[in-house]
Amino acid sequence: METTATGSTAIAPASRALEVIGGDLTEKALKRYLEGIAGVDAVGLEARAASLGTRSIKTTSKAWALDKIISLIDLTTLEGADTPGKVRSLVAKALVPDADDLSTPRVAAVCVYGDMVPHAVEALGRAHDADAAGRINVAAVATAFPSGRASRSVKLSDTADAVAAGADEIDMVIDRGAFLSGRYGLVFDEIVAVKEACRRADGSYAHLKVILETGELNTYDNIRRASWLSILAGGDFIKTSTGKVAPAATLPVTLSMLEVVRDWHRLTGEKIGVKPAGGIRTSKDAIKYLVTVAETVGEDWLQPDLFRFGASSLLNDVLLQRQKLTSGSYSGPAYVTID
Amino acid sequence: MTFLEYAPAPESTAILDLKSEYGLFINGEFVPGNGESFTTISPATEQKITTISCASEADVDAAVAAARRAYEKTWSKLSGTDRGKYLFRIARLVQERARELAVAETLDNGKPIKESRDVDVPLVAAWFFYYAGWADKLDHAGMGPNPRSLGVAAQVIPWNFPLLMLAWKIAPALAAGNTVVLKPAETTSLTAMLFAEILQQADLPAGVVNIVTGAGPTGSALVNHPDVNKVAFTGSTAVGRSIARSTAGTGKKLTLELGGKGANIVFDDAPIDQAIEGIVNGIFFNQGQVCCAGSRLLVQESIHDEVVDRLKARLSTLRVGDPLDKNTDIGAINSASQLGRMRELSDIGEQEGATRWSPDSNLPQQGFWFPPTIFTNVSTSHRIARDEIFGPVLSVLTFRTPAEAIAKANNTPYGLSAGIWSDKGSRVLAVADKLRAGVIWANTFNKFDPASPFGGYKESGYGREGGRHGLGAYLAPASSGTAEKSVVSALMSKTPLGGSK
Repeated sequence: METTATGSTAIAPASRALEVIGGDLTEKALKRYLEGIAGVDAVGLEARAASLGTRSIKTTSKAWALDKIISLIDLTTLEGADTPGKVRSLVAKALVPDADDLSTPRVAAVCVYGDMVPHAVEALGRAHDADAAGRINVAAVATAFPSGRASRSVKLSDTADAVAAGADEIDMVIDRGAFLSGRYGLVFDEIVAVKEACRRADGSYAHLKVILETGELNTYDNIRRASWLSILAGGDFIKTSTGKVAPAATLPVTLSMLEVVRDWHRLTGEKIGVKPAGGIRTSKDAIKYLVTVAETVGEDWLQPDLFRFGASSLLNDVLLQRQKLTSGSYSGPAYVTID
Repeated sequence: MTFLEYAPAPESTAILDLKSEYGLFINGEFVPGNGESFTTISPATEQKITTISCASEADVDAAVAAARRAYEKTWSKLSGTDRGKYLFRIARLVQERARELAVAETLDNGKPIKESRDVDVPLVAAWFFYYAGWADKLDHAGMGPNPRSLGVAAQVIPWNFPLLMLAWKIAPALAAGNTVVLKPAETTSLTAMLFAEILQQADLPAGVVNIVTGAGPTGSALVNHPDVNKVAFTGSTAVGRSIARSTAGTGKKLTLELGGKGANIVFDDAPIDQAIEGIVNGIFFNQGQVCCAGSRLLVQESIHDEVVDRLKARLSTLRVGDPLDKNTDIGAINSASQLGRMRELSDIGEQEGATRWSPDSNLPQQGFWFPPTIFTNVSTSHRIARDEIFGPVLSVLTFRTPAEAIAKANNTPYGLSAGIWSDKGSRVLAVADKLRAGVIWANTFNKFDPASPFGGYKESGYGREGGRHGLGAYLAPASSGTAEKSVVSALMSKTPLGGSK
């Protein structure tokens, strides 16, 4: 970082920010840009989300939606008690979600802590090959997840480690403390640095999901600003939550982030992904998210490159609903496997 | 098939148990009308729903007489607490039969089931609950101690919110101790007939509420009947004017809720996504067939293009079609004559040089349909900026300063509603203070609550409905000399009824 004569601090010259904000990329310019974004009326946003939630998705649409939800899941285990055995079990579930119905699609990715990445990669075997049909990605949370309270160098090596071990996607957390105290430049630079740490030896990059931890940002205005900031800094995805803070993903929060992604697409033609994570446990809820995506940014976004659910218990509820559609009757928790 | 072509999700009509013919509801019973019966149709399919009786002048006379008897013998003698009990009972029955009422309303009116289910019927119950609570607290209605009821209320309601307008009229009238003769609109009598069944279920004393169905002449006979003490009308300004004329000097207390051409003002610092939703809700809710619709969009010139672009994108996601489908956003237009007026005024808009735009949509072949439409390049002098279209047609105008926004918003013979969109609270309050409209919404639109008074300025009518003010329309101070008994009928000789419309 260098300080200019006006006292504004220069921030990392990320290409998106350079294009949208302009050449004089300082913390002040970034702040001014973020503060110029139209505000959010909380009552109106929540009313719109509630109204999208009343869509009635039946029969063929429901069948399509259930399969789509499965294919968008980042099947997740993020516990202190995780072991290689637990990760293998998770991977087995990811590969064959329903052993009684092999037409069930696979999930998009498994999401684990960094040290579990080698175990996940190993367990996936051929299903992790670049050209495998029904390939499953490995996503790793990094940057001192979930709090993000560590030095920059620790966060970067956390990231680089996971990428080196074979992670395809990095779920980083932003520095909420810095964001809430108005140090947008710091948050921005860190995302740029983590993005760089996602670079592999061959020059390609692991996909970067930026977790805003919306439950700690508290206001929709903050969430909207943090979304713009994360995209400007180079995030491929913006993600609501770690799942460790309540409230985690909510429909209004996700709607607000989708509106940012829609506006970014209008502005630049570029498509950014969105990942609500935490708290989405039922098919009924997940379908509301699909509706919200389709009616806000468009159906194009209903693909794993652009939309994910961060969830663990959701998968089994979807499988139960799926069985109900095929058999006509509800089974029960004994007819789906725990991972 | 794409996901957005949601599979059909129709609400079943099996819950309805309709009769093949409905009589008039007089003195607690259904009786045949002496006028010529007519059919009520579904505007979405033009299929017949049922047959409705038409009240002749003699029938209206019988209904008013029943109301008078009930007023003098029963209702005016009940305590407020007991009147409240009946109103609470009605409210609960409306809730119990909510789904049935919603389906009937959608079938008969053409509005989307999601609106009748989530807005109309819940508000109907809320209105009865709210005024039930007032029945034993009339000393606090703002009329001084022991205010008195007026007597028999003649109420004529429109077709755009058939059951909700019925509730707006009947609930405060009964709470205040009046009895009622109500005439629903000709095209939308069905839910009023179901409501009459609810009154029987609630065991409301005979004659307290009478419902006479029919067209203009029936309404005219009712409001001009010499033995009514109060007239409440919601509908067009033209009819409202004729009622004002014919009731002048009769001693009848009158409230009118008439047309509107509401301005929805969007400043450049508005929360843009919510403003777009508010614009859509302001003019496309109930197909725009709303007297307080935000039919004039006043948008700050600096954000005009962006707002119009976003609005077009949003309109493209609206689902027009079968009102009974739970995913329908825009239903059918209530009648062929309304549709004709929308077409005529929209054509005039084009001829006057405004630019018309509608999203691509496949409108059904049967029934009455009009696509959501916006007009840009509209000037204040265009007819589409002045006349009430009463349909899903938005006229977009611009302004440069708050002063210009206020001047343009007030530049209308109407004065019913307005909306203001801005993130700056002080601006919202300053602008609201200068708008001549009965209802002003800030960062929202078309929100209703029984506790909030509703009504207009100028050609939008006078008197307020809802809240404590709405109660005042059905009460007189203890000292005043209005009819406790049938003063009006004693003073006036019976004149031939009707024909004044």
